[in-house]
Amino acid sequence: MLNYCLMITKEDVEYIAGLARIHLKEDEIVRLTANLEGILGYVEKLSTLDVSNVEPTSHALPVKNVYREDIVKPSLDPKYALSIAPQQHNGAFKVPQVIE
Amino acid sequence: MNLNELTAHEILDLIKSGKTTPADVHDSVNKAVQNTDKKVKAYVRTFDVNDHDLNTPKAGAAFPIPIAIKDNISINGKETTCCSKILAGYKPLYDATVITKLKNAGSLFVGTANMDEFAFGSSTENSCFGPSRNPWNLDCVPGGSSGGSAAAVASHETIWALGSDTGGSIRQPASFCGVVGVKPTYGRVSRYGLIAFASSLDQIGPITKDVKDSAILLNIISGYDEMDSTSINTPVPDYTKALTGDVKGLKIGIPKEFFIEGLDAEVKKSIEDAIEVFKKKGAEFIEVSLPHSEYSVATYYILATAEASSNLARFDGVRFGLRKQPSTLRKSPIVDMFEETRDAGFGAEAKRRIMLGTYSLSSGYYDAYYLRAQKVRTLIKNDFDKVFTKCDAILGPTAPTTAFKIGEKSDDPLSMYLSDIYTIAVNLAGIPAMSLPCGFSKAGLPIGLQIISKNFGEETMLRIAHTYEQATDWHTKKATLQ
Repeated sequence: MLNYCLMITKEDVEYIAGLARIHLKEDEIVRLTANLEGILGYVEKLSTLDVSNVEPTSHALPVKNVYREDIVKPSLDPKYALSIAPQQHNGAFKVPQVIE
Repeated sequence: MNLNELTAHEILDLIKSGKTTPADVHDSVNKAVQNTDKKVKAYVRTFDVNDHDLNTPKAGAAFPIPIAIKDNISINGKETTCCSKILAGYKPLYDATVITKLKNAGSLFVGTANMDEFAFGSSTENSCFGPSRNPWNLDCVPGGSSGGSAAAVASHETIWALGSDTGGSIRQPASFCGVVGVKPTYGRVSRYGLIAFASSLDQIGPITKDVKDSAILLNIISGYDEMDSTSINTPVPDYTKALTGDVKGLKIGIPKEFFIEGLDAEVKKSIEDAIEVFKKKGAEFIEVSLPHSEYSVATYYILATAEASSNLARFDGVRFGLRKQPSTLRKSPIVDMFEETRDAGFGAEAKRRIMLGTYSLSSGYYDAYYLRAQKVRTLIKNDFDKVFTKCDAILGPTAPTTAFKIGEKSDDPLSMYLSDIYTIAVNLAGIPAMSLPCGFSKAGLPIGLQIISKNFGEETMLRIAHTYEQATDWHTKKATLQ
């Protein structure tokens, strides 16, 4: 078993939260720093295995690309899709300003 | 005997012989929900079944059987939230394929069942609606994440239910609640309309009062679906035909790694007793080894959270569900909206998993975590392939303990993750497995026996389970609701 010396800092957690698009509060950052360090410490046991000659598995069953004929079929009516939107405008999803 | 306490196949027999009516069946379940759900809290919402549903004669295999649906399976026009605030008010615009199949079969939908938020958990304590209670001891959790579905079946607030299983989320609550739960082979049941947690592991399956009901429900929901490109195009057998009551000559493997430190003594004893039952029925046992078992929880928590962080990126306040309008400008108007919507909408465990998954997929860590875990997944899968050249099925406990107390593990994510130690490897390998009742602890809590089979080995698995059920009466015990 390898000695575990992984350290997660508060800055790491803030950086990851930015990638994940979550605005964490201060107490959450503190808790998640400890949580992630604990879980990643446990996961460290994977590094004790030699996997140099092992192929990765991304899928349990050997299903390769699934093709179909490129035929146009009816899909969701835009009006119907917009009916559950938080905000809509002129047949589109309305979001806050994107371009300055 | 109240109708709501019967199995689906018993009710179907009564209907056929004219001894009861669809309205009586529906009333009986409805009364149970009204009387019992205050205590159990299995449902997050219930539906009105109208006279049309009850009086239109249907030839379907599930008419007029009431069913509970886990809150992550889309029902057209009915609020479906994964028990998360971020999906509050969200009404899907289409039916999941399993719902279409159930409607065609004449199912009566009782309501949507509680779950851990986005199926992240093993207790239902992570639901934004609060936890469900175990019908055998109301101070205990029903297990999770399909805890509401399992509790509804065990408290007879439905006849049967659907759950989903990503790392044990059907089998562990079935074990904790003393009911039958089946995780089919990956690809056996369409995932179209199942709100995704970890797409390479998720599978919908039945939670029922006995093995025959699981076979009937599996008949209804299985099959290829062009809307799910990971569903497998192989014929669906009639699973009820597999229930022959005979296991003579079958070879069953017992993995030595399953009987380790952490396995509760009462659970261990019940599994050993079950092995004796099978020996009397003519099954042969061999010791097998799954040497990479101890790595399955670590592998799972890298792969499942990575997939979850990617799948949950869609909840951004743009197209459906919750949107928070930021009050002050921090980064930019749109990024602030994303970040504050996701902060307000996701609970603590969802944030933990999204963060862990984002970390292991991030630049510089991908090879060390995600890619390495995918390789260990191969080793875990190979272990099973090897074992199944020597035996027809694997037998062991579903969970290391019986149901734990509400609050007991909620501050310790790792100890909660380890309660899935016997179920997780099955999802990584894609193979089918099920849990069925095999005894009770001295405290009166149910114990689950897990049967694992090879890909598309559901018939052998159900046959073994049914044989055990015929020889025992655990499945006939009624929950105390205290």
